[in-house]
Amino acid sequence: MSAKVVIIGAGHGGLQAAASLREEGFEGEMVLISEENDLPYQKPPLSKGYLQGKQSEEAILFRSSHFFQNHQIDLRLGVNIAQLDTVGQLVITKEGETIDYTHLILATGATNRKLTMEGAADVLYLRTLADAKAIAHRLETARKVAIIGGGFIGLELAALAQEKDKEVSVIEAQSRLMERVLPAVISDVFQKTHEQNGVQVHLNTLTKSIDNHCVMSKDGKKIEADLILAGIGVIPETSLAEEAGIACENGILVNEFQQTSVANIYAIGDCANHYNAFAQKRLRLESVQNAVDQAKTAVNHVLGKAQPYHAVPWFWTNQYHLKLQMAGISAGFDRYVLRGDVDADKFSVYYFQENRLIAVDSLNRPADHLNARKLLAAQISPTDAQIGDLNVNLNQLLG
Amino acid sequence: MPKVIYIENNGTEHQVDLPLGATLMEGAVQNDIKGIVAECGGSCMCATCHIYVDEQFMGLLPDMEEEENEMLEGATSERMSNSRLGCQVRISNKLDGVIVRIPEKQ
Repeated sequence: MSAKVVIIGAGHGGLQAAASLREEGFEGEMVLISEENDLPYQKPPLSKGYLQGKQSEEAILFRSSHFFQNHQIDLRLGVNIAQLDTVGQLVITKEGETIDYTHLILATGATNRKLTMEGAADVLYLRTLADAKAIAHRLETARKVAIIGGGFIGLELAALAQEKDKEVSVIEAQSRLMERVLPAVISDVFQKTHEQNGVQVHLNTLTKSIDNHCVMSKDGKKIEADLILAGIGVIPETSLAEEAGIACENGILVNEFQQTSVANIYAIGDCANHYNAFAQKRLRLESVQNAVDQAKTAVNHVLGKAQPYHAVPWFWTNQYHLKLQMAGISAGFDRYVLRGDVDADKFSVYYFQENRLIAVDSLNRPADHLNARKLLAAQISPTDAQIGDLNVNLNQLLG
Repeated sequence: MPKVIYIENNGTEHQVDLPLGATLMEGAVQNDIKGIVAECGGSCMCATCHIYVDEQFMGLLPDMEEEENEMLEGATSERMSNSRLGCQVRISNKLDGVIVRIPEKQ
């Protein structure tokens, strides 16, 4: 039987898998399935350039429609999958169509965690282009915007709403912005910048209920808003895999080649729970880098040239003039060393665990970020003195 | 629409028309030019849309911001005097016919 690859999900991972299969010379049939009606598009610009009005819908497409025709990629838009038959090697759509495969790649991503309290039905979330359009429409007339969740998405939305001259409030349950992933030295710069731009930041604030035009907090605050947005994390989309008996635990469990518990079924991107050498544990990563690199890993395995997943994780966020680029996984650090000027919003934080460099966050220091990815890949740890001295070019450590 | 001539690292040449305002990165990706990765989608975050612009057009390009300048320092292929990031260069009528070479690696 000749090979036929079916890919479910056309986000960064699914699209990359399709493109890489052809780039690497795969000549078999290929089906790329998306439940959305839009041509595959990039997600990061949704909360940045697209909602700012700086990037058009066309500008955020991965490829033009010709690409899929030219490369014999059977792109199925607006198709929902009901079920997988792992024995018969079939994907069954909600309409009852069956699509056979020799290799199946699950790039199903994640869905937004939703608020469940009273009044929560009025809250908007951002994940898809359709979500972004709904938010853009409401932003046209909204005056007061409340954002529940002071993480990356919530804060990017806050920054762009503020730039549109809205009255913006951010409601965060933790004691700092982006507390789960960043140290205080960086959180504080973001909080200061949001506040200087006029955003009301409410920390340690739990939402109790949502009334027509108000967010009510558990400690009795009443935050008025005619548009309420939330960014409170995501849940991996594992339902198809679970129902098919594929092993899942906080995501679809995969090995270093992205294989699930069923050998010819792969999972990549936000939905894939993998052992990450840079975090030294199993986790899911929600990032472009992870989706793209895992797609390449799965494709290599499909084509019989297996190379284990071993890519330095990296992420970014843009808010106002702040451009934060993160390399590696800083969780578990025991100390950090600063490079640059904190007061000028231009510095990098080098995180160590037992004197081994494990991550670097760079604020408005893009050269440090690119260098850090190389240092981490090569497992080179600069000394504190080298980090602290801006006259030392860290690229020279790379040999 | 202004024309752009992309030359891939293996010498393959593509002549494409770009709508005004599109970036040289978008033009490459949308037209299936090999060797432009553009992992971050045009946010000036990854330095994987590094290009070499033909010298005769260098003076016509938009000025380089500090952030692009710093990113180019970390690009994988050698930075040259005509290096730019494709995501930071928007096409205009005066760039009609611009020749863009793609480096070996991103």
